[in-house]
Amino acid sequence: MQPVEQRDEVEMLSLMLLIRRFEERASQQYQAQKIGGFCHLYIGQEAVVVGAIAAVRPDDYIITAYRDHGHALARGTTANACMAELFGKETGCSRGLGGSMHFFDKRHHMYGGHAIVAAHVPLGVGLAFAIKYRSEDRVTLCFFGDGAINQGSFHEALNLAALYKLPIIFICENNLFAMGTSVTRSTSLKQIVDRAEGYDIPGEIVDGMNFREVRDKIAEVADSIRKESHPAFLEVRTYRYRGHSMSDPASYRTKEELEKYRLDDPIIRLRAQLTREGKLTNEQFDQLDRQAKQTVLDAVKFAEESPQLPVEKLYDYVYFNGAKL
Amino acid sequence: MREITYRQALNEALAEELERDPDVFLMGEEVAEYQGAYKVSAGLLQLFGPKRIIDTPISENGFAGLGIGAAMVGLRPIIEFMTFSFSLVAFDQVVNNAPNMFMMSGGQFNIPITFRGPNGPAHQLGATHSHATENFYASVPGLKVCTPATPRDAKGLLKTAIRDDNPVLVLEAELLYSSKGMVEPPDEELLIPLGKAEVKREGSDVTVVCYAQTVPIALKVAAQLEEEDISAEVVDLRSIKPLDERAIFDSISKTHRVVIVEQDHPYCGVGAEICYRIQKDIFDELDAPILRVSQEDVPMPYNEQLEHHVLPNAEKLFAAVKKVCYA
Repeated sequence: MQPVEQRDEVEMLSLMLLIRRFEERASQQYQAQKIGGFCHLYIGQEAVVVGAIAAVRPDDYIITAYRDHGHALARGTTANACMAELFGKETGCSRGLGGSMHFFDKRHHMYGGHAIVAAHVPLGVGLAFAIKYRSEDRVTLCFFGDGAINQGSFHEALNLAALYKLPIIFICENNLFAMGTSVTRSTSLKQIVDRAEGYDIPGEIVDGMNFREVRDKIAEVADSIRKESHPAFLEVRTYRYRGHSMSDPASYRTKEELEKYRLDDPIIRLRAQLTREGKLTNEQFDQLDRQAKQTVLDAVKFAEESPQLPVEKLYDYVYFNGAKL
Repeated sequence: MREITYRQALNEALAEELERDPDVFLMGEEVAEYQGAYKVSAGLLQLFGPKRIIDTPISENGFAGLGIGAAMVGLRPIIEFMTFSFSLVAFDQVVNNAPNMFMMSGGQFNIPITFRGPNGPAHQLGATHSHATENFYASVPGLKVCTPATPRDAKGLLKTAIRDDNPVLVLEAELLYSSKGMVEPPDEELLIPLGKAEVKREGSDVTVVCYAQTVPIALKVAAQLEEEDISAEVVDLRSIKPLDERAIFDSISKTHRVVIVEQDHPYCGVGAEICYRIQKDIFDELDAPILRVSQEDVPMPYNEQLEHHVLPNAEKLFAAVKKVCYA
């Protein structure tokens, strides 16, 4: 079994900073009308995906929903390719053909970026099926929001994964709201994790604002899966600071609630842990933050200057052989 | 050549492709232990084992999606719908995930998947189980749709579909599973390209364009017409998408009259698209308006007499041909 490489925590903190600064800049560029369509920001949830990828191998599979910028960045897709995708440019991670909700990166085993709520959960099960079919020891991380757990495809997927004992971790990023509907108004259960019990899948609750807790839990579960293939379910409790999408002022929640979570910010938390342990100085942190901001500014410039896919190439992306039927 | 049934032909195609490529697997409801709801997969579990012939629960959306996910990393799933009427439960996967992935990912992920199963009205199954889905799916960019009518076409098209690097729907003719026809022996590779029609009967007075369950109707009517000295050419589309325009145009350029007999509904049906293309490209070849014979535009009634009235049938086709021939 190929071991999981220990990732440096300072490096992981800088990855969280990169996601945060990327999303802030994306928001600004959206308002400047450089980015079209829908745009869902990940700010506040960074510890979930960075904790998760810190716990697995680069050749493990990941798949997620439409709030996907952080997942691609965490996996190693460059800020340039991500920003160019938002700008609809040919240099984007999906050649400007997918947009904010459809980030893909085959080289980094990032299987999207899917925008129909819960429709990708069966796809994640299919990735896991392929792993078992080929007798590999990879794991699939399948991310989705709390809004996904009441869709039929979610339930069908969990049952199939349990039935076939597939190597998949279902990671529910519970940010408490499906668009504007509080989880208490959408879901009959008191705890989302209890959905897993209905399919005989082991489930646990994880503090999604704590990088170390996410990483350690996912590492433990992934290790168990690699030894003997099975599905697992994690309800990772987190919070998005922004609205559902750019057009949502999030008036369905109070300022006090938002402030409560901001105080528990995942970046501040990991920074404090590292500082307390003497692994990070304030100067070093400021330097990391400056770097993240610069990387993102460079990405905007890259996206601005990149070409668009020419119209003549449109039909190259309908059928694999480029045929126009 | 030897004579086998449409069902056996499909079974041979599956067995040969499973044997040829270890990345191919068959998944669906009752495909393994039950030996297939229509026995198309009979014996495959015994030959290839439970790893590759996989029974699913009744979860069309779930297992269609599973297949698409597996195809993203290079497996070549064959997903059986017990009938394409049930594929509607998986419509989101078949329409929104399989054909969109290649474009959405900027060409990174093609989906080499085959969705197959019986399609089209059978006999007195009522409205929910009688769907002809070819026009729904053919209107989706990124999908390919074929509709074999003979054992030979069933085998050759299914094998080609499995080897295609895109999502292909093989819409089998539910009423024709037990029909027989001549097919090359198993040691002779039989691949029929998608998008190639076949003239099933030559004629000179009128072209009848048909596919799937309307092919035997067209052949029967052509034989009847011969007694009235009308020579009908029967063009079996075999694939709805890609569409073999050339074969249709060539035949009409010879006969100058055409009736399209389709098994779907008339509104936005397959025939509507073909009519459009004919008038656009070979308007001057026509000596009479094009007629279409299709289902009535109603949900399928259970009552046998009403069902017969709703379906495209020999009497309707016969009358339509006579009309375009001004006979």
